[in-house]
Amino acid sequence: MGNYLIRRLLIAVPSLLGISIVIFTILALAPGDPFSDLATNPSIPPAVRMALRAKFGLDDPVMVRYLRWLVAMLQGDWGFSLVSRVDVDTLIWQALPSTLYVIGLSQVLALIVALPVGILSAMRPYSIFDQIANTFAFIGFSLPTFFTGLLFILAFSIKLHWLPFVYQAELPYHGWQWLWEQFKQSIMPIMVLGLFQGASWTRYVRASVLDVIQLDYVTTARAKGLRERVVILKHVVRNALIPVVTLVALQIPAIFGGAIVTEQIFRVPGIGSLLINSILANDTPVIMAVTFVFSCLVILFNLIADLLYGWLDPRIAFR
Amino acid sequence: MNEQRLRGLIERVKSGDMSRRSFVRKMLAVGLTAPMAGMMLSHNGVAWAAEEAFTYKPTKAGGGGPLKLLFWQAPTLLNPHFAVGTKDQEASRVFYDPLAGWDSDGNLVAALAAEIPTVENGGLAKDGLSVTWKLRKDVKWHDGQPFTADDCVFNWEYARDPGTAAVSVATYKDVTVEKIDDHTIKVIFKKPTPYWADAFVGIRGMIIPKHLFADYKGSKSREAPNNLKPVGTGAYKFVEFRPGDLVRGERNPNYYKPNRPFFDTIEIKGGGDAVSAARAVLQTGEYDYAWNLQVEDEILKKLEAGGKGKVAIAEGGDIEFIAINRNDPWTEVDGERASMKNPHPTLRDKAVRDALNLVVDRGGVEKYIYGRTGVATANFLNNPKRFRSEKTKWEFNVDKAIKILEDAGWKKGSDGVRAKDGKKLSYVYQTSINAPRQKTQAIIKQAAQKAGIAMELKSVPASVYFSSDVGNPDTYTHFYTDLEMYTTTMSEPDPALFMNQFCSWEVSTKENKWQGRNITRWQNADYDKAYRDAEGELDPVKRAGLFIKMNELLIGDVAVIPIVYRPRPAGLNSKLVAQLSGWDNNTWMVSDWYREA
Repeated sequence: MGNYLIRRLLIAVPSLLGISIVIFTILALAPGDPFSDLATNPSIPPAVRMALRAKFGLDDPVMVRYLRWLVAMLQGDWGFSLVSRVDVDTLIWQALPSTLYVIGLSQVLALIVALPVGILSAMRPYSIFDQIANTFAFIGFSLPTFFTGLLFILAFSIKLHWLPFVYQAELPYHGWQWLWEQFKQSIMPIMVLGLFQGASWTRYVRASVLDVIQLDYVTTARAKGLRERVVILKHVVRNALIPVVTLVALQIPAIFGGAIVTEQIFRVPGIGSLLINSILANDTPVIMAVTFVFSCLVILFNLIADLLYGWLDPRIAFR
Repeated sequence: MNEQRLRGLIERVKSGDMSRRSFVRKMLAVGLTAPMAGMMLSHNGVAWAAEEAFTYKPTKAGGGGPLKLLFWQAPTLLNPHFAVGTKDQEASRVFYDPLAGWDSDGNLVAALAAEIPTVENGGLAKDGLSVTWKLRKDVKWHDGQPFTADDCVFNWEYARDPGTAAVSVATYKDVTVEKIDDHTIKVIFKKPTPYWADAFVGIRGMIIPKHLFADYKGSKSREAPNNLKPVGTGAYKFVEFRPGDLVRGERNPNYYKPNRPFFDTIEIKGGGDAVSAARAVLQTGEYDYAWNLQVEDEILKKLEAGGKGKVAIAEGGDIEFIAINRNDPWTEVDGERASMKNPHPTLRDKAVRDALNLVVDRGGVEKYIYGRTGVATANFLNNPKRFRSEKTKWEFNVDKAIKILEDAGWKKGSDGVRAKDGKKLSYVYQTSINAPRQKTQAIIKQAAQKAGIAMELKSVPASVYFSSDVGNPDTYTHFYTDLEMYTTTMSEPDPALFMNQFCSWEVSTKENKWQGRNITRWQNADYDKAYRDAEGELDPVKRAGLFIKMNELLIGDVAVIPIVYRPRPAGLNSKLVAQLSGWDNNTWMVSDWYREA
C-alpha cells in the first residue's frame, strides 16, 4: 500500500509537467492577445500596445515564458492576471466560494435524487415506477444544461417573476431574509446542474444494484429470513455502491472546476466563469493556474478513487 | 461647405439667428464631430452651453435607493490608467473624475475644473502652445484629503512613465504639466496644438490621488493596493470590488456638486451575455441600466414592448465599412503580400470601385440587420441619418454599376464574371465571425453577382482577426484579401487620430510589422497635405474645413465604402433619467442620474 502510494505520486509528477507543457504550448500557439481591445482603439497608438506586451514578457520565445512560469509556480508564485493586474490566487480564492456552494450543492442534490430513485427502480425493474424514472433520467441527461437553464429562466424569471436570474455572490441582507434570497437566487443553477448529474447517476445506481441483487448471496440472505430492508441496505446497496463511489470521487474535481456554461448563464462568479472570461481575454496566467489546479485535482482524485476502491473491496490488491 | 460658409453660420449662432444645436447638427452632417463643432463656437466667442438639454430635478442628495447597472462583460480593474476596455473605464468613472467631460452635443462640461479654458478667460494661449486649467477649490478625495494641482501634476508623471505601463501614456507623454498655484495647472505643448482638450479630459483624463499612488509610480504600479480600492472624487464612494464580477459603491456625502447624487448605492454586476442583460433591464426590470447592448434590434424591440425599459442610443463616430485593398494580395513580393510595390490589378480602376460602391445595399443592411444600431451612411466621418447632407448621398443601383463596368470595358465572360485583358473581377471579401457581419456579406455578395462581380466570402474568428499577431496572415491589419469589413471605433472626440488611418506614412506593411494604421494602403498627396495642415491649424473653423476635405477626398475616390454608422445602444429603466454621451463614457454623468417618481 505504502509503496503503491509513493509510486503513484511519483508518476503524477511527470504527468503534471506534461499537462502544463501541453496547455502552455496550446495557449501560446492560439491566436489572440490580452491587449487586443487596444488594437481597434485609434486613440491608443500601437506602440503603447507593443510596450505593454514587452513589459509583460509576451514577446519572449514560448520556451522562455514556460520556464519562467514553471520556476515561479514551483516557488508558489502563480503570477498575476494581465487583464486585471491582480494576483491569480486572489482571483481564484475569490471565485471559489460561489463555485463550491453552487456546484457542491448540486452534486449533493444529484446524490439525493440518484440513490433512492436508482435503488427503488432496481428493486422492481420494469415496474411503472422504474419506467417513469427511466424516462425522466433519459430526458434529464439528454437535455444540455444551457437548454434547461434558459428554459428555467424563461419559465420562473420571465413568465412567473418568481426568481431572479442574476446571481450575486454577496447579498446585502441578513438573517432569514438573506437565507431566503440566497435560496431564491441559487435554486435555479443548483437544480439545472443537480438534475442533469442526478439523471445519469440514477442510471448507474440502477445498473449496479441490478447486477448485485441477482447474486446468490442475496438469495441466501433472503432465505435466512432477513427483513427486505436489511437485505437491501446491508447486503445489496453496500456492494452495489462500490463503482458509484468511484464515479462520485472522480466527479469531485469538477466541483472545483465549476460549470462554465451554467455559471455563465446565471452569472455565477465562480471558477468556470473566471476560466471562460480569461480564455476570451487571452489572459494566460489565469488560464494556466485554473487548468493546472484542475489537473492536479483530477490526478489526486483518481488516486483517491483507486484507494477507496481497494478499501471498499478487499479483493483488489495494490501492486 | 467651405470656410466662409462656416464663418457665416457661426455668425448666425452668435447673433442668435441659429440655435447652437442646429449648428452642431449641420457640422455633423458634413462629417465633423460634435465636440469639434463645440470648439469652433467657443473659439469664436460663443460660450459653452452648460448642460443645455438636461434638467436635474431632485432637490436633495440621496434617498433614491440603489442604482443597479448590468455589464455583460465584468469590469476587471478600477485604475483608469490601466483600463484596457470600455467596461473598466465605465466602472472607474463612477469613482474618478476628469477635469472635464464631453456631452453628446459636443460641449465640454467642467467636472473638477472650475471653468472651461477659453481664449477670453485667458485659459487658452493664443499661440496654441499651452492651456491653463483652474481647478475647483471645494473638492475632496473620498478619504477627506483636498484635491489640488499636485494631483494633476502627479497623474501626468505617473502616466507618462513607461514603467507604469499605463494605457493613457500617449495622452501624457508629449505634454508638460506645470503647477502654477495650488488650484491652477498649465499644460504645455511642444508645438501649436489645436486639440488641447486631451490630457485631463474625458475617458483618459480621470485623475487618481497623489497621496495614495505616489509610492507606486513606474514598475511598482501593479502593487498599489488602491488599484482595486479606488479613492476618487466622484459622486459615489467605493465599497467593494470583486474583479470579473461586481463593483459596489455608496453615495459620497461630500460630493462637490449640490443635491447630487440621487441614489444611495450603486452596483455594477458583470458577466453573462448581452441578450440576457437586455432582458434584465428591458423586460424584467431587475436592473436599471445595461451596458453596450450589442443585440439585434429586432430582439431589442421585442423586449422593449413590455414597457419596463427603453433603449438609449448614444451617438459616437464608430463606422462599419469595407476597406478596398490598393495592392495585390495574391502575389508575394519581398516576403509580403499586398506589397506597396505591387498595385492591385483591378481594384485600382476607379470604375470598378464605383461599381462596388453602387452594389452595397446600405439601406438593406440597416433595415434587415442593424436597425437602430446601424444607420446607413455614405460618410466615413460620423454622419447620422437625420443630419445627412445632400452632397454625401449613397446609392444602391445595380444597373448603374453594370453600366459603369460596361463603359469601362469590363465584359461578362461565359461564367458570368466580368473581365478585361484576362483580369477577372473576382474578389475575396473577409470579415470577423459575427452574425450581422455574415449577413451583410451575403447581401453584398448577391448584389455584386448580379453586376458580374464574383465574391468569395471569408470569415475569420474575431480573436485572430483583431489580434496583433505578426505571424498570422489573417489579421485585419495584414489585409491579405481584396476586400475586408470591420468597425473602426472613434472614441476620441477629435477626428485627428481617427483620420490618420489614411495618411501615406501610416501604411501597414511588413516593415512596420503591420502596425501602420493605414490598412487600405491608399495614398493621396492632397489628403496628406490636408492632414498636415490640420495638425498645426489653430483656427478651429479652418481646421474643420480641412477634415471635411479629407472625408470628401476619401469618399470621392472610393478608397473605402462606408456601410453603416454605429451608435452605441444601452438599456435604461423607463423611469431612469440618464445623460449618455457617445464622446465620453456612458457613466460620465452618473452623478446626475435620477429616477422619476
